[in-house]
Order: sequence, then structure tokens, then C-alpha cells
Amino acid sequence: MRKKKTAVRIGVTLFVLILIFPILLLAAGSLMGPAELKESYGSVLYGSGGELQWKLFPLYPTLKAYLQLLLDSPDFFVMFWNSCRQTFTVLAGQLCVGLPAAWALGRYRFKGRKLVLYLYMILMILPFQVTMVSGYTVLSFLKILDTHWAVILPGIFSTFPVFLMTKFFQQIPDSLLEAAKVDGAGTWEVFFRIGLPLGMPGVVSSLILNFMECWNAIEAPMTFLKTKSLLPVSLYLSNITANDVATAFAASILIMAPSVFLFACGQDYLEQGILASGLKE
Amino acid sequence: MRKKQRKHWVKKWNFTFPSKKESWIPWVLLAPSLTGVGIFILIPFADVVRRSFFNAVGSEFVGLENYRGVLENEAFRLAAGNTVRFLIVCLPLLLGSSLFFGILLLNTGRKSGILKSGFLLPMAVPAGSVVLFWQLFFDQGGIPNEALQKFGVHGPDYMNTPKAFGVLVVVYIWKNLGYDMILWLSGLLGIPDSLYEAARMDGADGLKCFWHITCPLLIPTAFLTGILSLVNAFKVFREAYMIAGNYPHDSIYMLQHLFNNWFLKLDMQKMTAAAVMLAFILGLILIGSQKIEEKRRTNM
Repeated sequence: MRKKKTAVRIGVTLFVLILIFPILLLAAGSLMGPAELKESYGSVLYGSGGELQWKLFPLYPTLKAYLQLLLDSPDFFVMFWNSCRQTFTVLAGQLCVGLPAAWALGRYRFKGRKLVLYLYMILMILPFQVTMVSGYTVLSFLKILDTHWAVILPGIFSTFPVFLMTKFFQQIPDSLLEAAKVDGAGTWEVFFRIGLPLGMPGVVSSLILNFMECWNAIEAPMTFLKTKSLLPVSLYLSNITANDVATAFAASILIMAPSVFLFACGQDYLEQGILASGLKE
Repeated sequence: MRKKQRKHWVKKWNFTFPSKKESWIPWVLLAPSLTGVGIFILIPFADVVRRSFFNAVGSEFVGLENYRGVLENEAFRLAAGNTVRFLIVCLPLLLGSSLFFGILLLNTGRKSGILKSGFLLPMAVPAGSVVLFWQLFFDQGGIPNEALQKFGVHGPDYMNTPKAFGVLVVVYIWKNLGYDMILWLSGLLGIPDSLYEAARMDGADGLKCFWHITCPLLIPTAFLTGILSLVNAFKVFREAYMIAGNYPHDSIYMLQHLFNNWFLKLDMQKMTAAAVMLAFILGLILIGSQKIEEKRRTNM
């Protein structure tokens, strides 16, 4: 029995190593100098013939690629900054709009509540392609196509965060809120003193999941933005040329860094969020 | 004292069922969100539905002409076929493998936290950052082919043959395995141990336990996981686009590519009709699965 468990454990561990192999390989590549990169991956990336030799440990580790990327590539810098602006504005907006809405849906019983919830649920799962034309129409009507707002505004009114936070607010026991009300707390006080602190896990998991979603945005910026200097960093590697290969590995790592960092800090919240995004009401 | 008690109950009543006077509060709280959703999604989508029945200029009602145009379109047939094929292959594969690994992980006992992180990590990796790896991996002279070469086998070209379909399947599973596993794990942990113990007392072995206890009790989780995986399946376009661009090999030319290319050509008639159809079909699947689930629950 014991032996079997160990065997399973080893098997699963090996599989997990395969799963994270892409990340490890990119990390290793980001520490290689141009010469070593060419030698290892030249056959594929430069088309320079020879054999591909992948390795997880660079022979001559160097931070050159990172330095070059951070100090010498204005393109990358601009796109990274665009991503930050778009993502953080969307997240802030989602909180401002979503918190009250989620509180209403989670803590009040009123006519039409079920309808709104169902509507939000359906909107939440529609793929981008369905709302692509309609989104384009309204953005061009508002004359904000090809500006940051074309990505930000539709992102703010995504219904997913509302749905997610609603679920967490629903889980707060009634008795706590009643007690506060009996003690004379007003509607606002109940929300800020009790609802918000107790619903915090929901807020955090919504922030994490939506950060990953926004940071990974490809479809919306690709469709609604034309000017290259407005594109987010998630599209940086989509048109890479042979000249950029030396920094491409480092770019990969820097693009995933914020997302992976958040993942490492808030994995518990992330899991709670995944579980709560279930469609059951 | 009694008065106070009464007051308490009235307050309690008011909180759970706010009086008429307070019934506007939730709507005020919902107002910003609903307004935004209305402006950015509902109203324009209603306009899309309307336009799907009109000609390109929007002057003449053409009935279902646009829909026929879409359905007869060859690119649409290819893309719709590929998308359906992708879903039929991927969903069972993903659901099965994530359940398999979920059960394995539970059986490895304590301290499996780090392994779970490993499964989940791909979810946090943006499509735009891992594309370089996929290029290295699936190139004709890529990592697996190089290994095959050592044994004298000449590996296939993955991206420009029907094998591209397999590439997309691998990428999708890589990305979503952990996500689905979390959902399965919560379902598995929700099954009380006492059931298994009782079954074992009666002499049931592991496989029997699985078929007669685990499977039936996991059906609600399966529904949920299935729907969420379907949603995520549409996001595989990100990887597909990053790896292969707007016109990939025919075998992975999906509805998402088609929408994108129609959009670039500003083929609004086809787009509106196709968007309405896609929304309709997805809505049907969602509502249908909810209904089946509800029915099953009441029968239990």
C-alpha cells in the first residue's frame, strides 16, 4: 500500500514537471546570451540550420537580455505600461461598479433579482466573438475606438466579477448582519463594517482572476485597437522578428511575471474563485 | 420588553424582505452595472439581431437571407466543423484526464499542495508569453522531433499538416487541466468518507466504489466543469492566434478565426447572423444543461 502511494506520487510529480517544463525552459532561455541562444535554438528561431539543443541550465548565465529589454527596447516598455494602465483601470472600475451590484444581488430579495442573475450568468459565458460586432458598433458610436477606453470600458462592465462577488456575499450568515442592524447600524455601515470585510475573499479572488484575464487579453485589443503604441504587452510576441529573438525569452518571462507572482501569492483565493465561478445560483 | 422584541422581529423581517419603501435600494445599487451592461452589451446586441435580418445598408428587410448566406459559406462550414470537432475531442479528454489526476492527487495523501500548484500554474501563464515555447516545441525541428531523430525517426511537421489540430488539443489541455482539477477535487471532497467505508464493509473494491459511489455523486460537478470547460474552449483562440496567426492550417481554422477575418473584411451581414446563431446555440446549451441538472436534482 505504502509502496503504491509512493509510486503514484512519483508519477504525478513527473507529470507536473512536464506541465511546468515550458516555463522552466523559457526561464533558462532568458538567462542565455545571444551566442548561446543561437547555438541552442538557432535551428528553429533563426533558421540557421544545425540541431536544436535545449537545456534547462544555461552554460553562461547572464542578465544581458533583461537589461537590453528594460533599458534598450522602448517598444516593450510602452506595451508593458499599456497593459498596466488597461488592466488596473479595468480592475478599479470593476470594483466600483461591481461591489454595489454584487451586494444588491447577494443580500437583497427583490423582484427581478433572478432575472438579472440569469442575464449576468449568460453574458459571463458568451465568448468574445459573439459580442464582437456589437462591441465594435457601440465603441465607434462613442468615438472611442482605438483608444485605451475601447478596451477598458467593456472590461469594466464584464459581468463575471459581479457574479463572483455575489456568491461570496451570499455566504455571509444572516445573523451577523441582523445583529448589526439591531445594534443600529445603517445600511452603509452594515456594508462597510461587516459585508466588505467578510466578503473580502470574494473581492480578492475576483481581482486575481480578472487580473489574469485582462493581462492575457488578446481578442479585444486586437479588434478594437489599431495604433501599435496602444497595444498591451500580451501581443508583444505576436510579431517577433529574428532580431528580437535574443530578448524574446526574457520578454516571455517578464510578461508572465506579474500574473505568476499574483498566482504564487493568492493561490488559495484563486481556487476559491474558480469554485465560486460555478454556474449554480 | 415586549415592544423591543417586536421591534426586533420587524427589523429582521424588513431585512430579509425589505418593505416596499426600501425596494428601490437594490436597484440603485445595481444601476451603474446595469447601465453599463445595457450600453455596452444589450442594446448593441439587440441592434445586431435587428441588422442580421436586413441587407448590408440596413434599408431592406431580407428575412433569413443573411443566415442562409452564412450557412452556405464554405469557410463557415469548415470553421464550424472544426470547432465542433475540437469540442467533441477536447471536452471528454480534458474532463477525463483532470478527474484522473484529481483522484491520483487525493490518493497521494498529505502535502500535495505543491503538486496542485504545479497543475494550476499554466492557468496563470498568459498566451502571449508561452508562445515562444510552443514554437520551439512544435516546429519541424522542434524538441520532440529532435528526440525522435536520435532514434532515426523522422518527425512530422506539426503546424502545417492536420497534426495542427493535435497541437491545439495539447495546448488547451495544458492550460485547463489544473482549473478543471480544482473543480473535481471539490466535488470529490464533498463525498462523505462514511459512504466508502460502508461500501468497503460490504466488500466492494476500489473500482466498484468508483462506479457506484463516486460517479453518480459527481454528476453535478461534471455538469459544472463541462460548461466552464466549454467557455474556456473558446479562449483557446488566444493560443491558436499567437502560434499560427490569422490563417492557420485548415484543420484548426475555427469559428473564432472566421469571425476575426470577417471582421477585418467588414463583412457585417455574415458577422451579425453568425453572432446571433452562436449566441442562440450557446444559450440553448446552457439553459438545457441547467434544466437537465435541475430535473435530476429533483428526482434524487
